[in-house]
Amino acid sequence: MASKNKKLNLKDKYQYLTRDMAWEPTYEKHEDIYPDESFEGIKIINWDQWEDPFRLTMDTYWKYQAEKEKKLYAIFDAFAQNNGQQNITDARYVNALKLFLSGISPVEYAAYQGYARVGRQFSGAGARVACQMQAIDELRHAQTQQHAMSHYNKHFNGLHDASYQHDRVWFLSVPKSFFDDARSAGPFEFLTAISFSFEYVLTNLLFVPFMSGAAYNGDMATVTFGFSAQSDEARHMTLGLEVIKFILEQHEDNVPIIQKWIDKWFWRGFRLLSLVGMMMDYMLPNKVMSWAEAWEMYYEQSGGALFKDLERYGIRPPKYQDVANAAKNHSSHQTWATFYQYSQATNFHTWMPQEEEMAWLSEKYPETFDKYYRDRFEHWDKEQKEGNRFYNNTLPQLCQVCQIPTIMTEKDDPTVFSHRQIKHEGERYHFCSDGCCDIFKNEPEKYIQAWMPVHQIYQGNCGGADVATVVEKYYHIVPGVDNMEYIGSPDHQRWLDIKGLKPLSASRDKTAAA
Amino acid sequence: MSVEIKTTSVEPIRNTYSAIARRFGDKPATRYQEASFDLAATTNFHYRPLWDPKRTLNDPTRTALRMEDWYSVTDPRQFFYGAYVGNRAKMQEAAESSFAFCDKRNLLTRLPEETQKQLLRLLVPFRHVALGANMNNSKIAGDSTATTVSQMHMFAATDHLGMGQYLTRIALLLDGSTGTALDESKTYWMDDELWQPLRKLVEGTLVIDDWFEITLVQNVLLDGLMYPLVYDRMDAWFGEQGAETVSMLTEFHRDWYKESLRWTNAMIKTVVAESDSNREQVQSWIDQWEPMVYEALKPIAQATTGLDVLDELRAELSVRLKKVGLQSTGVQA
Amino acid sequence: MSQKVFMAFQDNDNARYLLEAIVKDNPEAEVQHSPAMIRITAEKRLVINRETMEETLGRDWEVQEMLLEVISIGGNVDEDDDHFIISWS
Repeated sequence: MASKNKKLNLKDKYQYLTRDMAWEPTYEKHEDIYPDESFEGIKIINWDQWEDPFRLTMDTYWKYQAEKEKKLYAIFDAFAQNNGQQNITDARYVNALKLFLSGISPVEYAAYQGYARVGRQFSGAGARVACQMQAIDELRHAQTQQHAMSHYNKHFNGLHDASYQHDRVWFLSVPKSFFDDARSAGPFEFLTAISFSFEYVLTNLLFVPFMSGAAYNGDMATVTFGFSAQSDEARHMTLGLEVIKFILEQHEDNVPIIQKWIDKWFWRGFRLLSLVGMMMDYMLPNKVMSWAEAWEMYYEQSGGALFKDLERYGIRPPKYQDVANAAKNHSSHQTWATFYQYSQATNFHTWMPQEEEMAWLSEKYPETFDKYYRDRFEHWDKEQKEGNRFYNNTLPQLCQVCQIPTIMTEKDDPTVFSHRQIKHEGERYHFCSDGCCDIFKNEPEKYIQAWMPVHQIYQGNCGGADVATVVEKYYHIVPGVDNMEYIGSPDHQRWLDIKGLKPLSASRDKTAAA
Repeated sequence: MSVEIKTTSVEPIRNTYSAIARRFGDKPATRYQEASFDLAATTNFHYRPLWDPKRTLNDPTRTALRMEDWYSVTDPRQFFYGAYVGNRAKMQEAAESSFAFCDKRNLLTRLPEETQKQLLRLLVPFRHVALGANMNNSKIAGDSTATTVSQMHMFAATDHLGMGQYLTRIALLLDGSTGTALDESKTYWMDDELWQPLRKLVEGTLVIDDWFEITLVQNVLLDGLMYPLVYDRMDAWFGEQGAETVSMLTEFHRDWYKESLRWTNAMIKTVVAESDSNREQVQSWIDQWEPMVYEALKPIAQATTGLDVLDELRAELSVRLKKVGLQSTGVQA
Repeated sequence: MSQKVFMAFQDNDNARYLLEAIVKDNPEAEVQHSPAMIRITAEKRLVINRETMEETLGRDWEVQEMLLEVISIGGNVDEDDDHFIISWS
């Protein structure tokens, strides 16, 4: 079959191997096959203009991914066989993993579900294929995380019931509501929220802290998982950037819709990352860098370059970016202080930083740590050493949108809460900030539905009339084992045992919360 | 610093995750178990989907079927992600060798013009059916609730994409990688009378709402007739036309189909055994769709193997379904 | 305003070749080493050429192979048979 045509280049060949397998239906209506594509108001004139981000055919995907999995599981096996958990700097580090497994891993799975869904919904076959590949990648992450943590779960507490807790525990509604929000949105918002805002703009602020944290603290299993997963993330990032530019280029009517979503999802993502900030600054025995430094590098610099690039579409940087940038010097301290005092209800331990760590914090936060936070922490440390470890016996007010306790402060005055409230259809709703309040105002009918953990406890929907019962029976947090102060905990005792150090005396007080 | 590691401190303090222990007992778990059970959220969802406000996220009512526990549907292959890609990587290595060999030796371009045209008209358009299968399985992966069910369908989705890509590459071998063969092949799919019943059927599957109905129609009824027809019987027929080389390039499909029987059979068996109402619902779907699938494949069989072959395969499908308590119109062989 | 592009990849055996090729083709790039990770930044553009990689490695190399090592990317991606470019406009 002689052909005078030219041999296809990589780009065109890939199109034949993907989108060309699709066709315009004639026996069924286009809108019946793709029912969710237009309700968001996004206009796509020509899907042919979609540029495939990474051009992986399935056979190549299988080949490369299998190679990665082989290496990864060899490390998991070696880690388990050699009791690698004994090589970490200090068992306090494991609490970062508890936060990760209960907070992040379930949303990796939720991302799988979300991408599987949108991988069917778009009428552009190129976009569908890219989304399906991301779906199966996210399944990979969810499952390799279960496997990476499996050995830790056998040797430390707080890891044993992560998914169950994700559905119920108060602070885990922060990541859960984030992903529920994205998944319950339409397909274009889902991609803007996750592919663009989360997987492109903010991803480094999630993964680099955790994975570098693992590397700096001797956690071979997590480092290997992290870097292996990150090579998938590079594909996801490229999809995120491609998607946003494609939508913006398709029709000028899309620009204000996208801008609104960028504003919303930047803010929700930034709030979600408070948990990571606290992890970086307070939970890692060996520090990687400060949260402020990470934010400066991975958002202010990288994000700056990105939004400069998007200017030509009429997109501006996210609203309240200035508030987020200012918060980098406060967020981790405020968040840690909160978790410290509510640690009777967390599946991980908390503790006060010791002198050397406080010196590091002073150095990294020269304008804020000594001025606003050191005194409180020194006081709590003293109390703990005297046997009066502080636990807060009230329940916190949560922000209706981000669901974090409303502990954040005004951009220009860190001694004043940035609490906002509005009335909607006869009910009063509370917010941590203008950022969250604006999100509510745009879609009140959505956010009034939220399953607010503290309200649910007070309404009697969490299995008990007192916090201790809720924690044990509803949250499946084993009291005195999974929760509360690190010093004197079973994890701590076991660590001393592993290191051949003297066990703590039996009279060491662990003041229980009521 | 020398550290004396006492034996007690290396003893594990638990055997597995609590959810796994609740299901399988307090003992070490397999990787398949840890990866596949109770990861998905089940309660306390925050917002109703804008695209389906009558239901929640992860809602089990996206199918009419009811199971006490959807996790009782498991994968006999025990595929979680790692096991899946490992398996497929081996398969693709063999396929890659075959394609490279054919390419190097010009085994396809050496075929008579008429035979090449037959391949473009009678084999390559199945790549479009593959895309329909890919779309359907992606929807099922998103709509089904238990990971044990969902992931099997995600893997099927990517499998069909891969198999469609292999068919595409057959055409690219035929036209020196210019795309002209694919352009021609697509015209058959769109306009040739031979393909219209099947294209109509595939488009019909793309508007089914109930995810179990989709898996039944796509993965059991359609694949159940189509794969034996195309990759066994038509494969033999192509051989008779002088195109036995092509068999090398579809070995993946044959291996794939044989493997797929394991999980699809296990799935329908479990679901149908659960209750009379499940069985009746599945049976009513079979009554509706199986004849349509047969009719859709008829012209292709008539143009190649002959209709009696399709009738044989229809009877075999009937026997297969009977094993799990279901019936279909099978001409008794 | 400075617009940096960056790429981070795993610090393993393959990395040294990648690093060598990148530094050769992007003399202005900055290299940072962290535990298990190498990060390369440049002003507005970073390119990996297949030809340079093949010279460095001493074997045939496909651009897509770098997917095995990459951790993160900042910038627009342009990938084809011969190169991988990260850039801001």
